[in-house]
Amino acid sequence: MKKPIAGGAGSVAGLEVALPHPRATQPQRLTRFLENERALAAILLAPTVLILGTFIAYPFIMGVWLSLSSTSVGNVGEFVGFKNFAKAWNDSIFRTAFGNTFYYTFWATIFKLTLGMWLALLLNRHFRGKRIVRASMLLPFIVPTVLSTFAWRWMFDPTFSVLNWLLYKGGLITTKLPFLSDGVYGMWCAITVNTWRGMPFFAITLLAGLQTINPDLHEAASLDGANGWKRFWHVTWPLLKPVTVVVVVFSVIQTFSDFQLIYVLTGGGPANSTHLLATYAYQVGVATGLLGEGAAISLFMLPVLFVVVWLQLRYLRRMEGA
Amino acid sequence: MVIERKWKTWVYFYIPLTVFVVGTLFPFYWMLITAIRPDAELYRSWRAATNTPFWTLQPTLEHFRDLMAKTTFPHWLWNTLFIAVVSTAISLFCGLLAGYALARLRFPMAGTLGTSIFVTYLVPPTLLFIPLANIIRTFQVGDTPWALILTYPTFLIPFCTWLLMGYFKTIPKELEECARIDGATRFGAMVRIIFPIAVPGILSAGIFAFTLSWNEFIYALVFLSSPEKKTVPVGVVSELIRGDIYFWGQLMAGALLGSIPVALVYSFFVEYYVTGLTGSVKG
Repeated sequence: MKKPIAGGAGSVAGLEVALPHPRATQPQRLTRFLENERALAAILLAPTVLILGTFIAYPFIMGVWLSLSSTSVGNVGEFVGFKNFAKAWNDSIFRTAFGNTFYYTFWATIFKLTLGMWLALLLNRHFRGKRIVRASMLLPFIVPTVLSTFAWRWMFDPTFSVLNWLLYKGGLITTKLPFLSDGVYGMWCAITVNTWRGMPFFAITLLAGLQTINPDLHEAASLDGANGWKRFWHVTWPLLKPVTVVVVVFSVIQTFSDFQLIYVLTGGGPANSTHLLATYAYQVGVATGLLGEGAAISLFMLPVLFVVVWLQLRYLRRMEGA
Repeated sequence: MVIERKWKTWVYFYIPLTVFVVGTLFPFYWMLITAIRPDAELYRSWRAATNTPFWTLQPTLEHFRDLMAKTTFPHWLWNTLFIAVVSTAISLFCGLLAGYALARLRFPMAGTLGTSIFVTYLVPPTLLFIPLANIIRTFQVGDTPWALILTYPTFLIPFCTWLLMGYFKTIPKELEECARIDGATRFGAMVRIIFPIAVPGILSAGIFAFTLSWNEFIYALVFLSSPEKKTVPVGVVSELIRGDIYFWGQLMAGALLGSIPVALVYSFFVEYYVTGLTGSVKG
């Protein structure tokens, strides 16, 4: 505590004792506290940990609990063990959705990777209007998926499909193709739209990887007599692999857990033939209100996501170690 | 540079690139042409001789007028903007602090914490929406913008933290050390020296986070129910289809107007967005 200045008026000094200046002392204490590395780290990380803990860790635990209970809307359920999982597994719609999810992820990822790589190689060359072409290529990825999927749905319309019109005028078909009114066609339409939407992400990230490759390497390879394909396979591809792995992992996670595209394009129909795990979980958990069963269905995604994330982490560690 | 013949350039370059450009942009053109086409022309028979699907001679703004006047579309636009801006701001604030701590400070559990934030980055919203709906109900914020403002940071913070952490690591440590020798506190050096240098990184993270929250669908679908409280993606899906009837002109007008703000933000900051995009998948 400060001593009153010698000769100062007693009353002023008394006032100073009674009213310590919080502005003068507290920030100093706070500053000293923040000089401690651990204390500062704790404070800086607190908001993030709080939000992620409340809205990711806690719901995750709750989701596991829900999946083991018979909870539905307006009804606090009781513990039922693995009944929900068993019920889902014996449900033919679930089986279809489960298979569809793998099918959809597999083919969409293959197409996104091949087309994305091709586009990246094209965009890596010099041509007029390169910047604007590159910028416009990302549009499908920027625009809300739901909204662009509506445009596709209109293009696949059973009566007014412009694609059918084009194919008919081009002499390729004589009757309309049942784009969304047939399960197999519907699945392939969804894969097409997903590829259209996700390909730019592959192209732009792979392009960023391509730009880090030294052009001298290509020069050297072509002097040694390597043709375009050989140059790609022996020079570009090995150098691009690390970026590719990471991009594929991200894309697999997003495609595997996709919801909005199917929800808008087919709604899981016709006759529940195009459901994915996420859309079926929504139908059971939210639309029907069987929270426990819905939570169980969405948890079926976990093992696959877990494996993918684990591989990704291991890969990152290895990169850091290298 | 490898020299090629002219026809080869066409076959291997110009033709594939044109196909890519047309394929990528055609759905947007189709959106636009449908939105300005009068209803009478929209539902014309497939094989009619007068069918001109790729252009219209009577463009109309009727669908846009109806959308703005007869539906709650303006509300949705405002809601989406408000939610996207506030949740982006919250996420940037948290990500900035956490990213700095993880990149610069030494403390126990730093590695574990970094890894767990990365893992939450990879948790898809579709895994958690059912239990989250319960929590939103417990907090009594269901059907309010706060339901989304509180939950969007769950996928934005990990991304912002990850991106900014990478950015901070590229800033030389000497800058802070100099400032500290000159008497700046640790906190002061962070706020006055490092954060200003990180502005491009912050901008990248912010733009990317904004587009992510503008596009979010499943949380908005599950947590909001009143028509005037919805966001654009959910409103267009659930309110513009009456019964089983699709009013395609209006739907496409809505899709177009809902895409324009985010496309505008993107076009002004393409380079920052691309940095955010490529940074989002790198360590």
